[in-house]
This record gives sequence, C-alpha cells and structure tokens, in this order.
Amino acid sequence: MMLTYALYPGCAAKGATPELFQSTMAIIGRLGIAVTELTASSCCGAGVVGEADPDGALALSARTFAQAERLGLDIMTICGTCQGVMGGANRKLKSDPALLDRVNRILQAEGLAYRGTIQVKHLLWIVVREVGLEKLKDEVQVTLGDLKIAPFYGCYILRPSGDLGFDDPEHPHSLDQVIRAVGAEPVDYGGKIKCCGFPIILEKEDIALAMNGANLKEAKDAGADVMVTPCPLCHMSLDIYQERAGKKIGASLNLPVLHLPQMLGLAMGIPAKDLGLQRHLVPVDAIVKVIEERKSIS
Amino acid sequence: MRLAFTIQRYNPELDSAPRDETYHLDVTRGMTVLDALIRIKNEVDGRLTFRHSCRSAICGSCSMTINGGEKLACRTSVRKEWERHGGITVGPLRNLPVLKDLAVDMGSFWSKVRAVEPWLTPTPLEGEGAYQFHNVDACIMCGACVAACTVHEVDKGFLGPAALAKAYRFVADTREPESARTARLASLQGPTGMWDCTRCNVCVEVCPKDVQPMEAIIRLRRASIEAGYDQTGGARHIIGFRDLVARFGRLNEALMPLKVIGWNLRKFLHILPLGLRMLLKGKVPSPWHSAMDGPERVRALLERRREP
Repeated sequence: MMLTYALYPGCAAKGATPELFQSTMAIIGRLGIAVTELTASSCCGAGVVGEADPDGALALSARTFAQAERLGLDIMTICGTCQGVMGGANRKLKSDPALLDRVNRILQAEGLAYRGTIQVKHLLWIVVREVGLEKLKDEVQVTLGDLKIAPFYGCYILRPSGDLGFDDPEHPHSLDQVIRAVGAEPVDYGGKIKCCGFPIILEKEDIALAMNGANLKEAKDAGADVMVTPCPLCHMSLDIYQERAGKKIGASLNLPVLHLPQMLGLAMGIPAKDLGLQRHLVPVDAIVKVIEERKSIS
Repeated sequence: MRLAFTIQRYNPELDSAPRDETYHLDVTRGMTVLDALIRIKNEVDGRLTFRHSCRSAICGSCSMTINGGEKLACRTSVRKEWERHGGITVGPLRNLPVLKDLAVDMGSFWSKVRAVEPWLTPTPLEGEGAYQFHNVDACIMCGACVAACTVHEVDKGFLGPAALAKAYRFVADTREPESARTARLASLQGPTGMWDCTRCNVCVEVCPKDVQPMEAIIRLRRASIEAGYDQTGGARHIIGFRDLVARFGRLNEALMPLKVIGWNLRKFLHILPLGLRMLLKGKVPSPWHSAMDGPERVRALLERRREP
C-alpha cells in the first residue's frame, strides 16, 4: 500500500539546491511513498512576502492547498521553511473562516478556492510517523555504523510549535530518531535547535556567519563527522557559507552537510552521484569513501 | 510567638450559618495575614478556602475583612494588626454573597464596573486595524525573549525582541504624531535595529504572555517600508523577494543577491566568488526561466494585491 502525496517542491529544491529534489525522488519509492508533483505551485513566500503583504502570502499558500485539494491529496514538503510557513498558513486558514473567505476572494480571479481539507507534512514527519522507522530500517543496506551525525533541525520545522505541533521545540526527537534508524549516532549539541542565520545572510553577513559558524563549531566540537538538515535554506547557509563562517569565527570547520534524503539514500546504498552529493561546496568525499568501503565489505 | 487567628468559616451548601474557628500558629518576623492563612491551609486545615494570587498587592484577589476593616491579606502585617487590635479576626468581604469561607461572589461587583462602560470612546480610527498593538501591552518585561534570541547571542548590541516590540506598540498608536512616528522608525533602521532579526521564532516560542515579539518586529518592518524606508538591505530583501516571486512565480536565487545589494560594486565583488563556486557546482538557476508552470498566474495574483 503506497502513501500518496502531492509533492510541493518549493523554490530551493528546483533552484540552488537541486540535489535535494534529486535525492528525494531517489528515495521515496523505497519508502513506499508515491507523489504527484505540484508543478504549477508557486513560492510559499518563505515568511518574506508575508512581511510586506500578509494576506498575499496566505493566498500563495492557499493557492497551493487548493491545487492539492483538487487532487484529493495531502501535501508533502521537503523544506523546513516551506513546512513552517505553509503549516502556519493552513492552521490560520482552517481556524478562521473569515480569513479563509478573504483569502479565497484573492484566489477567485484564478477560479480557485481552498476548502480547508488538506494537511501539510514534511518528509521528515512522514518518515517518522507514517512510513515508520521499522520500515526505514528494513531499507537500510549500508549501516552508517559509528558515524556521528549532528542533526540541525532549523527554525521553521520547530517553531512556533503551536503552528506545527509535531516535535518538542526544546528537545526535538524526530531527526535524532531517523539518524538512529540508519544505524548512526546522533550528536547532541545546543545549536541543533538554533538559527542558521540564512534569512539575513545577504544583508547582514557578519551576524549570520557568527550564528552559522557557532552552530557548526559546536557540532564539530561535540564529535560530529557530518551534519544533516531537513531544510535547504539551512543547507545553503551551512554548506555554501561554511568556509566564510569558519574564517569569521577563526575555526577550521570542514563539516559535510547532508540533506535529509541524502542521508537516507546513502544508508539505502544509493550511489552518491544519484543523490547529488557532488554539488556540495563542502566536500563529502571522506564520508562517501567510508560508506563505499562498507558497501564493498557487506 | 504563638498567636490565635479567628477565622469565619461557612459553606452555604452544608452550614446553616457562619461560625468562627480559632487556629493557633507560630508567627515569624514580617509575616502577613496571607502568609498565615496559607500556613493554616497547608498545615492545619486544608479545607479553608480563600483567594490569592500575586502576593504583591497587584491582583486584588486576597481582599477580605481583617479586624473589622477591608484589607488585602498580602500586605497586612500580622504584628501590626496584633499591636493595633490585640487579636486577629478574619472574615470575607462584607455585603457580598459568600461562596465559601473567605471567598465571595464578585459577580455583582464586576457588573457594576461594566455598567459604567469604563473605557474611552475614541473618535473613529482610519484604516483597518489601525489601533492594533499586537498584544505588546501584555509584556511583563521578564527578559526571556532577549535571553533566548539567537541573534542577540552573537550580536550583543541588537535591540532585541522586547524593546523592538515595545517600539512597535508606539508606532501602532495613532495618538502619536506622524513626525514622531517617522523619527521613531528612522531611529530603528541602522545596525542593531529591526533588520537584524532572522525571524527564528525563538522569542515567540519562549514568551510566557504570547506577545509574539517577532510579529511586532515584522510589523515594524512593514511600517518602515510603507513609510518610505525601503533602501536598507532588509527592506530591499523583502521588496526584491516579492518582485522575483511576482516575475517567476518562485524565488530565483540567481537574482536574489542582486536585488539586495543593488548597483554596489564592492558588495557585488564580495558575493561574486561564492556565486562562481555555486555556478561550477550547478547550483545557480537560470535567471531567465521560471521553475514552475504558469508563473503569469502568480504574477497576476501579486499585481492584484498591489492595486489600491
């Protein structure tokens, strides 16, 4: 029995982190997930459009919800930021009929209306709650063994918890559980629930790098060999800007950062190239080499 | 010193009439009548009923009759009462129905307060939601949001959630003259001001009074852009982001940095090396093509939003 979702790709997975989309498509079949991609969906607004125009931003989300509703499917997100923004929008629209009506009037010109019947779920949540960790363990072919993996949750998949209602915002477990399920050891460190600084990295780079660098260094000092995140915006900050963050805080970081589905794919024995690992700025060769060696042994 | 406390007990559901009961208690220096009642309830008779909350003469919950006068038990000294009256008798507020022991039904009191319509009748305000302080007045200045702020952690000069939320409260107040409002917004545009916030939501999560400081900061930013402060990096980010979504339907990361830095050669040269490395890794999307089907529909939606 397949779990079927409307896949909301968001911007980054079709833009600056194409490896996220590639690795997602490479693993979901193995987990019993089938998707119909919402190819006509827009940006969710990322919380930025909403700063200028709250109702307009809600309309962007509601437009996507209406598309999924027509398919009769719940939405699967693969971006922590999309999850936070769209999950929050969905809660507001479902709990406030006057707001839903106002937003639907914005969609009217396009012949769309959202009735408030769908749910929005991140891949991480679907793996933990619907696929189940046992099923995931069944698919693990290369145990990631004594690799120490630092979870980096990202803000919007945790907070505000009243909008999300999945994980504990102070002591989240979901990503840690998935790391254990692929046979690796999760690294515990305070920065795992903090901010990567990405939203201000273009205009306030010094502040963002200090935040980013502190989190990476803390994970590294706690023994991490690699980091994993369910948010591609965090990934951009942690990977693309890592070298600059290291210079900013005066530390040698060199910590590879994986997208969640890349970590799952490596454990499933999927070749690194098919997961887009060659696209990272921080080299992942050392990790891939360890895994390839294990594969040849087993 | 051991003193006697005479307290009126009455449960209208069981008792035909109120009766006095006397409790003996060792009293300590600085003890209030409320402290004594709490100790009696904890140590002698758990059925004794009275209201109390803040213990600081703010909430008014523990008003009762002490030695014949209406007083707050939390700010009534046992020693002074004893010196003045030679004993301590405690009863409920007079002339109000007793619910149990020292707790009375305040319903008639509140209906009288409401009857006088205790609020200002304002002249009609212009614009929808013109007088929304977004719950900022609920702030109790506990400092939790500033302590937890992920930006403040690395940027100690950042004004932070509590102060910025407080600033928003005055920006939103239509009683402030336009010139003062503009000056207030202007003073918050620089480094350490409203544009340092990453919207990480930590302040929203930890606030014990649901002030949602981050939402207040977002409203400060919106008010700034509307007031014409649209050339800071943060404002350019918001405006540029919306422009790109209106053009492509989704965000185009190849063009986003250019929207923020504008025609600034120094800043361009600063981001160029990263851009080139991303290009080599296939991480720069086409600046000419949309990644979605039918971006013109999103453009139309956002353009409709801009019409007055």
